[in-house]
Amino acid sequence: MDWLIALRDGTGPLGQWGPIVLGVIRVLLFVVPILTLVPGLIWWERRLLSWMQDRIGPNRTGTITFPESFPLAGLRGKKVRTFGLLQPIADGVKLFFKEDATPAAVDRLVYFTAPAVALFPAFALGGTLPIASLRYPFEAAGSGIFAFFTPVANVDIGILYVLAISSLGVYGVVLAGYASNNKYSLMGGLRASAQLISYELAMAMSLACVVMASGSMKIPDIVAFQEGPLWGFVNGVQNWAIFTPYGLVAAVIFVICMIAETNRAPFDLPEAENELIAGYHTEYSSMKFAVFFMGEYAAMFVFSGVFAAVFLGGANLMPFRWEQLSSDFPAMAGLFRGLAYANYWLGPVAFLAKQAAGITFFIWLRATLPRLRYDQLMNLGWKSLLPMGVANFIVVGLWVVCTQMFGPAGGFASLLGAFVVLFVLYTNLVGAAKTSTPGIQKRGIKMVDPTPQGVTMVDPNKV
Amino acid sequence: MSASEIGFLALALLAVIGAAGVVLIDNPVRSALCLVLNFFVLGFIYFTLGAPMIGITQIMVYAGAIMVLFLFVIMMLKRQGAMAKPDKPDSRLGLAVVLGLALAVTVYATVIAPQGVTLPLGIKDYGTPQAVGVSLFTNFVWPFEVVSVLLLVGIVGSIMLAKRRI
Repeated sequence: MDWLIALRDGTGPLGQWGPIVLGVIRVLLFVVPILTLVPGLIWWERRLLSWMQDRIGPNRTGTITFPESFPLAGLRGKKVRTFGLLQPIADGVKLFFKEDATPAAVDRLVYFTAPAVALFPAFALGGTLPIASLRYPFEAAGSGIFAFFTPVANVDIGILYVLAISSLGVYGVVLAGYASNNKYSLMGGLRASAQLISYELAMAMSLACVVMASGSMKIPDIVAFQEGPLWGFVNGVQNWAIFTPYGLVAAVIFVICMIAETNRAPFDLPEAENELIAGYHTEYSSMKFAVFFMGEYAAMFVFSGVFAAVFLGGANLMPFRWEQLSSDFPAMAGLFRGLAYANYWLGPVAFLAKQAAGITFFIWLRATLPRLRYDQLMNLGWKSLLPMGVANFIVVGLWVVCTQMFGPAGGFASLLGAFVVLFVLYTNLVGAAKTSTPGIQKRGIKMVDPTPQGVTMVDPNKV
Repeated sequence: MSASEIGFLALALLAVIGAAGVVLIDNPVRSALCLVLNFFVLGFIYFTLGAPMIGITQIMVYAGAIMVLFLFVIMMLKRQGAMAKPDKPDSRLGLAVVLGLALAVTVYATVIAPQGVTLPLGIKDYGTPQAVGVSLFTNFVWPFEVVSVLLLVGIVGSIMLAKRRI
């Protein structure tokens, strides 16, 4: 570790270049896994979607059947299956060799920059994301060897950085939509800009809840906060944000916003294929299309990582405080100590597993839910998620203050009180909305009567 | 020249290019994109000055939200391509050059000449989120609250304007 410290402080053999070299290594350690895993993700998405839709999916590519005259006797007539894992490579080769058609009337400069602009935020998003535990078990914070390699930049503005970069993600889509000189693309771009602005706010509110509870915007500090005792008094279990009442609400809001931010189904209105052909990337072919595709998957990957770090305890495999348990149960201290070290060294794997689970959730939703209508999308964002996020923010403040003043029981009491107040407020507001406005009319179904007299309207209430 | 000066000059050059692009380019979308570039680079200049909080806010609010709305509006309006240029040169151009030069001379005479080009003079860590938060909620709590009320009034007003029937 000494040479790493020397490298970091610029006193090693590389001198002043040491920190820069270390920085580049950190960036590579973050970006290369994403780049290598994206093809695997595409395969996983296609297989999983197929299974959920009662199909088989791409399972043939890469299957080798050895002929009967094969030199090695043991392999004659045998089949080697790879479950279609080579399909992404075939897809990649296809994308490379497709004709790269550029429509005549595009705004060329913007048209060619748009894919790059789309890819940049997807990769830059994880700049403050720790992919491993920074603390060696039984030692002080920042003592582990992983602390030298992750996150790329451990800056004070951690969460804000994620929000800022994700808000830049819209430019790729909007510029592609504009530059294509195509009505459908333009509409896709417009939809994307409205959608991302709307969901950005609710996402910020949900993250702000966790920031307020943990008292820091650094993501490693948020992870460290989640390694504390659950609700402040259950000693053996970690306080993952998703286990706390306010954190659960924030997590639900965050997940919905995260899907909307990555333009995935059911929020894929910018590329709704049955309305807008392919939306913003209609006019893109070959590798330029592939870049958009890769940006989407990379963004899914990194957003899953943000969710894992902020709500799912970061690089901890299981929500148990092994160090605490080893001192609480001396009889099994050796086991728990071992598990603590295993938890530390397997941290990156655990983090990757959480990201994989997040992506599987993305795919699951895509296979399950139909696309939202545009007004439903806006209503969900502005009228449900944002008020919920703000209310949750106030509740977190109450929780923190009451826990500090009266202990955990005070926290739960404040939660109960807040719930009652919110419930009364909600029911009264809904009642007021019902009486004051003739308001939201229910949409009746216009049914066509196939009689010779022609089409008549049928009252939907009498059918 | 030190590394930080080189960094500043590179960023400042980009920012000036972006700012010049905003006024010189005819195409409204490209002009707006130049403004995005300017805001983005400005955020980085704040980073180099040791003020990460204001830098990231700059990127998030201006580059990430306000400019998206600008682009949204520009794209919603009819696409006009390049704006029509006036036939004869604008007579106000000369006045603009004179006033611009006057501003430059004033800035040089009052700021740069007496103080010299130096590194930022702020206290260490003056721009971290902690420092900003503490000063917002201690010394500047009154302006902060007033501004938040102002924003609330703005929100309510915009809803009043936008919705015909509430």
